[in-house]
Parts: sequence; structure tokens; C-alpha cells
Amino acid sequence: MNALLVIPAGTLESWVIDTVKQAVHVRFGMEIQVLDPTTIPEEAKNESRRQIEATQVMRGVLPELPAGKQRAVVLLDEDLFIPMLTFVFGLAQVGGRVALVSLARLRQEYYGLPANPEVVRTRLVKEVLHELGHTFGLVHCPDVRCVMSVANTVQHVDQKSSEFCGGCRSVLDDALRTT
Amino acid sequence: MNTPWELLVVDDEEITRESMAAWLREDGYRVDTAASGREALELTATHEYALYFVDLKMPKGLDGIETMMEIKKVHPDASIVIITAYATVDTAITAMKEGALEYIVKPCNPQEISLLVGRIIKLKNLERENTLLRQKLLGQYRFQDIISKNARMQDIFQLIREVASLRSTVLVQGESGTGKELIARAIHFAGDRSDKPFIAVSCAALAETLLESELFGHERGAFTGAVSEKPGKFELADGGTIFLDEIGDISPKLQMDLLRVIQERTFYRVGGSEEKRVDVRVIAATHVDLLEAVREGKFREDLYYRLNVINIRIPPLRERLEDVPLLARGFIERLSHELGKNVTDLTEGALKALIEHQWPGNVRELENAVERAMVTCKERVLSESDFAFLSAAARPSEQWSVPAGMTLDEIERQAIVATLDRTEGNIKEAAAQLGIDRSTLYDRIKRYNIPR
Repeated sequence: MNALLVIPAGTLESWVIDTVKQAVHVRFGMEIQVLDPTTIPEEAKNESRRQIEATQVMRGVLPELPAGKQRAVVLLDEDLFIPMLTFVFGLAQVGGRVALVSLARLRQEYYGLPANPEVVRTRLVKEVLHELGHTFGLVHCPDVRCVMSVANTVQHVDQKSSEFCGGCRSVLDDALRTT
Repeated sequence: MNTPWELLVVDDEEITRESMAAWLREDGYRVDTAASGREALELTATHEYALYFVDLKMPKGLDGIETMMEIKKVHPDASIVIITAYATVDTAITAMKEGALEYIVKPCNPQEISLLVGRIIKLKNLERENTLLRQKLLGQYRFQDIISKNARMQDIFQLIREVASLRSTVLVQGESGTGKELIARAIHFAGDRSDKPFIAVSCAALAETLLESELFGHERGAFTGAVSEKPGKFELADGGTIFLDEIGDISPKLQMDLLRVIQERTFYRVGGSEEKRVDVRVIAATHVDLLEAVREGKFREDLYYRLNVINIRIPPLRERLEDVPLLARGFIERLSHELGKNVTDLTEGALKALIEHQWPGNVRELENAVERAMVTCKERVLSESDFAFLSAAARPSEQWSVPAGMTLDEIERQAIVATLDRTEGNIKEAAAQLGIDRSTLYDRIKRYNIPR
């Protein structure tokens, strides 16, 4: 079975990588390989919006991936956007190789609240599992408890669990078997 | 599981359209993208999308509004969401007036756009469910090409199933326009002979000698103009079914020939001496009361009993008005494809008007009425006003009074001329509308010297 790649973009605290490694290994049962940090491409940086354009980051990462079918999750601290939307927590290619997760809006400080590492850790796990789930072909799930349910606000992220529902789990298991 | 809905994102900026497509794909939609209005039109020519996101400002070629209007020409009900920037909100409002379902100002809050897509797709799901339920309902009441939930018609369907594979002769009786040929076809195609020919002959359409040659064929030189031999309909129908419509109109000589072919399964071509043998099932139909014709001596009694082995009497539409909505919707479904019109249903008012009508021309008249309404209708749903011609035709007597000094003959002549005019010279229709049989109508045309 191929390993799952974790790629930090820019500098990240060590607990971020450790949390993701642990959670992904447990849920996906795959070996995790952490690659060297990548730099955020200049064309992805939008000065006026003070955000990073998600699609440009994906395009920058894709050619750097090792040959093969391994999925990769790129983690970054900057706020992500796509031109149509004010922000995205993350973005993934459905059935593709790359998923992207930003920590910016998962942090309590973003909302003017005191830092709470435990809360951020839980949110990070949910978002990473969700976006990686997309790369294995899963789409948004109508079950609000499922980690694949759509979350457009941090409240939605908090409301859902960090588990896949039965339906999503079986699709994921099938995809994992053929990976 | 339902097929995923397909969406189209039209934007000249690659990153914008591709990132939007990627984001929508996470929701489980199949998403296509187009870089220009022209490209969008190429895709929509062969494809209908559940939802279109069209960028308002596309500097090269068609802009967003033009693209939307072109898409609407192909798919008038397309759900189009216009994407705009703050600077062009006024133009987006214009787009709404031109038929856009909604506009969104970019960058847009993800929750807002999720709700918008969810709302439109929910509507699409309901429409799809509605169509499926309607088809299911229609399927339940459909027997081959005949639609009915009327108990008498359901009995007929059952009878057809029971007799379809027999060789017994069937006599189908019913007013003009009730679908006698459809019943005959249903019998043929539900039985063992379905892979063999089904040949329909209208006995009223041809003069006696022509009909004889049509039915039994002729040898070369049998009569002036018979330059080569020609097989008749009975030969062509060998192994299958022959449907003899308007059997009540045939001459005594042909009645005798028919009796022979039904009894013996043999006949001679016109001018021929070789006996031909066929295996043909005969289904005959008539709108006249054959038993009455037998009593009057116009129809052979032995032939009547030979034909009437299995009798199917189709009720007129006015006696099965519960079928009117089903039939009307069935016609709308079929005619929408044939006429290339996007009509999907009828209003309650239209249904009421149809149910209140007496339908002297039966199902055929209903079909014609639906077609006429669809041709002129500008909306997706046929309303009462689209069927205004029905009530106009039903109350001419309100304005009409007998002119002084007019004889009964003159009134009758005018009635015949007007009816023939209305039916564009169709004798069968005109006779049905006048409530007389065709021979009487021919007699009157001759008597009053009415040009045809």
C-alpha cells in the first residue's frame, strides 16, 4: 500500500504535523511520510486580499509529487481562498492526488478568542480527514455527524464528528483497497 | 441512486472557473467548464445542465447576458446564476430581468453559495421526482399505446391479453376517434403474431372494385391499368393480422368474399384462377351499429357472426372522463418532443375545461386540441385560455338564428358545407360531426350538388 504524504507549506509548529500524522494513520491505516516543507508559490499570494489562492498552491505542489498514486495533504497557516469565495478551509481534487488545509480559520484567535490548542487540534483533524476523503472519491455527506458533511463555518466544523459514517466508510475502504 | 446533477461554470478566467468547479465537485456534482460564451453554447447544444454559473463580464465574444440568452434559446428553463463583481451589480439586475434565476457578487461567502445551489438543486430534485412519479403512474395505466384508468377500458386490456394469441376474429366497435386501430394493434403486438405483419386497410377509403383488388390483389391484365400482378393485403398479412377498418361500409359482394376468406382462409386474386391460402387473423372495426345494419338487411348476418367472435366495444371519451387528464398529459409528453416545445403540464383551469367538454370526436379530438393549444402556447403550462377554441366551438348556437325564408334543405346544405369546410373536406370527420353516417353524407353532397 502507498504511503500518504504530508507536506508542510512554510513554517508550522511541530504539533501540527504530529497531530495529522497520528490521525491520518489511525483513520486510513496507511504509512505516513512527511516531506520537506514546500514554499508557497508567489503567484498564489494575493496582496490585496491578504490570502493565498488555493488552486495556485495545488498547481505548485502537483509537479513536485513523487511519481505514483500517493495522495498528499498540504498544510499551511495562511488563509486560503478561491476567486469566487471569500475563503475556504481547504480544497481537494475529488478522486485526485492533492488536498489542502489551512489552519488560519481553525484557530480561536482568528475570531478574537483566547488560543485553545485542543480545539484547533480537533478541527485540524476533521478538516484533514475531510479533504483527504475527497481525494479518495468521497463527496459531501448529508449526515451532519459524518466528517464528510459540508462545513462552511467553524461552527459546522465543531458540530460534526471526526469519524466517517457507515456509507462513507465503506466507499473509503473500497478506495483504500485499490490504492 | 440518482445520477448526479451536472453543472456548467462559464468564466473566461481559468483559475476562477477551475477552482469553482473543484469546489462544486466536492459537493458531488459533475461539473463542466467553458472559457467563453461560444464554448458554453457548444456544450449546451447537446447537453442540458441543472445549473449554469455564468460570469457577467467576459471581454472577448459573448458577454454573460448574451451567453445566458443564447442558452435560453436552447433550454428555455435553464437555471442560470450570473456571477458579478461589485462594480457591475446594476448589470446583474438587468440580467435578472432577462431571465437569470439569481446573481452572486464575487467573492461570495461559501455558506451563501451553498444555500443557493442547495435551493436550486432541491427544486430540480422535486421536478425529477415529479416526472418519475408521473411516468410511473402513466405506466400503470398504459397498455401498449393505450392509456386509461377507466374500469371498462381496464376490462378491455384484460380481454386483449386473454385473446391476443388466439386466431379468433375480433370485432372492435366504437365511435370515431376512440382508437379502434390502437386496440387492433395492441391485440396484434400482445400476441404470438407480433413479429409478423400488421396490415391496416380502411374499407371506406376506396371504391368497391379498388377495395377488392386492394384486399385480394390482382393478376396482370385483370382490369384496365393492371399492368403487373399485385399481391393483396391478405397475402401481405400472411402469418400476421389484417385490420379492416369501417367494415360496415363494404358492398354485398365484398361481404361474401370476406366471409369466404374468414371461413376457408382461401381466396382468389382479381382476375386469377389460382386459389391462394393464407393464415391471417382478422380484426374488423366499425363505428356503425352492425347489428342494426343486419336487421336492415345491409350487412350479411353470417358475416356479422363470423366477425363478432370476440367483441370489443370501446366507450366514448365522454363516458370515461377520468382518462382526460391522463391522456392530455400523455399527449403533452409525446408532442413536446415532436413539436420541439417545452410544455410540461396543464393548469387546473385547463383540466376543468377539458373535463367539461363533451368530446364528440373522442380521443382523436382531445389529441388535436392538445396539439393546437401547444402550437400557440407561449408558456410551459397549458392554461384554460389555450383551450378557448373548445368553448367557442361548443356554443355557436348562441349567436346563430335561422334566417327568414330559408328552407330546411337550404339549412341542411349550409350545415354540410360549413362542416366540410371545418374538416377540410374530411368526409369521415364531417359525418361524425354532423351525426350521420358517411353514405348519408355522400347522398346529401350529391343531392345538393356541393362541390368537393
